[in-house]
Amino acid sequence: MSQALAQQTVQVASGKRPRRFPPEAGILMVLLGLALAFELLGWIFVRQSFLLNEQRLLVMILQVAVIGIIAVGVTQVIITGGIDLSSGSVVAVTAMVAASLAQSSDAVTAVYPSLTDLPVLVPVLAGLAVGAAAGFLNGTLIAWTSIPPFIATLGVMVSARGIAKWYTRGQPVSMLTDAYADIGSGAVPVMIFLGTALVFHIALRYTRYGKFIYAIGANPQAARVSGIHVARHLIVVYTVAGTLAGLAGIVTSARAVSGQAGMGMMYELDAIAAAVIGGASLSGGIGRITGTVIGTMILGVVTSGFTFLRIDAYYQEIVKGAIIVAAVIADQYRHRARGHGA
Amino acid sequence: MRALITEPPDVCLLGVRNVSKVFPGVVALHDVSLRLERGTVHALVGENGAGKSTLMKIIAGIYTPDAGELRLQGRTLRLSSPRQALHNGIAMIHQELNLMPFMSVAENIWIRREPVNAFGLISHRELRRRTRALLERLRIDIDPEAEVRALPIAARQMIEIAKALSHESKLLIMDEPTSALTERDADHLFAVIRDLKAQGTGVFYITHRMDELFEIADEVSVLRDGRYVGTDSPRNLTRDELIRMMVGRELSRIFPSEPARPGPVVLSARQLTLDQQFRDVSFDLHAGEILGIAGLVGSGRSQLASALFGLTPASCGRVWIEGCEVKVDSPRAAMARGMAFVTEDRKETGCFLGLSVLENLEISVLNRDFVRFGFVRARAVTQACAAMSRLLGVKTPDLHERIDNLSGGNQQKVLLGRWLLTGPKILILDEPTRGVDVAAKAEIHQLIARLVAQGAAVLMISSELPEILGMSHRIMVMHEGRVTGILEREQADQVKIMELAAR
Repeated sequence: MSQALAQQTVQVASGKRPRRFPPEAGILMVLLGLALAFELLGWIFVRQSFLLNEQRLLVMILQVAVIGIIAVGVTQVIITGGIDLSSGSVVAVTAMVAASLAQSSDAVTAVYPSLTDLPVLVPVLAGLAVGAAAGFLNGTLIAWTSIPPFIATLGVMVSARGIAKWYTRGQPVSMLTDAYADIGSGAVPVMIFLGTALVFHIALRYTRYGKFIYAIGANPQAARVSGIHVARHLIVVYTVAGTLAGLAGIVTSARAVSGQAGMGMMYELDAIAAAVIGGASLSGGIGRITGTVIGTMILGVVTSGFTFLRIDAYYQEIVKGAIIVAAVIADQYRHRARGHGA
Repeated sequence: MRALITEPPDVCLLGVRNVSKVFPGVVALHDVSLRLERGTVHALVGENGAGKSTLMKIIAGIYTPDAGELRLQGRTLRLSSPRQALHNGIAMIHQELNLMPFMSVAENIWIRREPVNAFGLISHRELRRRTRALLERLRIDIDPEAEVRALPIAARQMIEIAKALSHESKLLIMDEPTSALTERDADHLFAVIRDLKAQGTGVFYITHRMDELFEIADEVSVLRDGRYVGTDSPRNLTRDELIRMMVGRELSRIFPSEPARPGPVVLSARQLTLDQQFRDVSFDLHAGEILGIAGLVGSGRSQLASALFGLTPASCGRVWIEGCEVKVDSPRAAMARGMAFVTEDRKETGCFLGLSVLENLEISVLNRDFVRFGFVRARAVTQACAAMSRLLGVKTPDLHERIDNLSGGNQQKVLLGRWLLTGPKILILDEPTRGVDVAAKAEIHQLIARLVAQGAAVLMISSELPEILGMSHRIMVMHEGRVTGILEREQADQVKIMELAAR
């Protein structure tokens, strides 16, 4: 009796499985659906095409490229089961530090009057180092004190914003070199965004670094038993996320050709939203860079679409919020349908 | 024996009739019938996994039975939640305590049923009064205002009991209530139980401790492998008879009987100690040998395994691996010494649920092999994993199936495979066949025997005596953190082990 029952269960478990779609298929449909909806509304209300406009498409991605760069890092943190609230503030600190090292000799009141007209590599490396340091701090706090990531990165978020303001006593840093400004001009930010996305897409799928991230997120205890140095790996992941936030800070200050302590405000939430819309699960173990890229694009489409239809920005925020929640609800239903008994 | 209890002449407090319960991959209860009279203590005994807790959870409304029925004082009882059970006067005191540490004793006891004043706000004075009255009735001397986290375990256990009784329950279920109590606290608990009996309350009492069963129980029922074995009064039974009823399964299941060819000592431990977990544990493990570790839950077996593997290193003692003294303070260090560890709890510390079979298999070996410049050599690792999966007979549509969708036995095989890929010399297995169906169990046994024949050394913890007896070359028995004996296979039998384990 018990044997027969047991065998039955085994057969159920090994039964035919429905054809597998890539997990991004659903969210990609949402992106296309939204784009087509705006296209349609465009023809009805403003008598213009939404998509068949190169300039608009570029701007569409350009305005979310910075969010996208951050989101690539945040996605990795989320897959480990963590969260990073500090990225917006890290953008500000990096923007300030990098900009202060990128000032041209035309600047009347340079932050470091003796350090003007430096080669562009200096501010870039300095910015990345600042981001990495912030991420390292996040990771160390989380891994070695085992306080929740939410709290650790919340603390760093508040302090980093303070450091950004303290750095020049609230004064913006302007008159940057042309070479530095070039980082933010034209399609360069988009290239940087897609480049980082590609690098980390490969890292997550094809390297040990990525495999360990998923394992830690799925079950940190099992990861430890399996011989993964969980604490060390978490520090690496948060450092990577911090470095990418630093990169976003460089791009932001280059685009604005100045560094301001108020930069990157709320970017962390947009980045988290992009990752979550793209299918990353806040409980860890699930998420992909491709999904995050699509999630970022959805944010871009919504922003551009509303501007294009000349609808108030208020509505835009309301809809954005609804999309975030709807994406997660849809995702949960999908998991419940797929992972029966999980 | 079952025929005796089919048609009760009088109406009992609770009748359990032909109850069955199946979990994916295992039959937890099969056609079990029992009855509980008013004003009696009915003890339930059996090995770990015999189905005691499952049965009690059905009575407490936590699980619903797949077949059979419950009758409360002659009425059919259908429960779909613990809350309904409480309404019907059935309360369960769980093994793991369910109290809210930052709330007071009174708040914990009356949660959701707080007395309110005229404004609909909680009346703290009335709450205090009720709690004091309840605690006095139970002769429990605890301040109703104390925060629960500040109280010792014994006091918390008493609060759980008070909470259960505050529902005016006529049926109380206690799942190993004394496991965390000192002898004095246990005596107090027994006094309270006797009072309850006198008031007509019926008590189901799960225990592993033979002595207390003879002290407190009016009747004792034995469950084994999810089946009802029998009921009797403890007065008519001896300890040995009871143990025999608990384990009396025949060793008919064929265990692989590889001849013992003990090779050189691979691992030896001397005076290993970890505070409050185990003390002065010493043993030698030979190549080509299975050393079984028997003992009840809480005997420190699993903690010993975790310590050997460096998860929670021992605080004192020395370990030699292949003649060299080693300090294993992390799983990585253990793996570097050729150790592997299949943990007791598949869900908590084993599987990466949500990830694929492949991702579950490959993870431990990625630390060493199949990686070039950080990149995983996907084809090579997939081939190795596929070969391992075939070798173990894992039943899965393909390696990309999520491990959640596999049965317990197949998940267990995947976990074994994860470690076999690392080519271990010393394999620590903690309950390697828990929650695994019969067929997979036999396959896992065969596999372990094959590994040992090839020279691996295996340390196997199991709560199932037939498994321990059938598989091990030698058996180390632990009781409350100490080794109470190491038996050769020939001299070991179930009664001897139980005596060493239960003392």
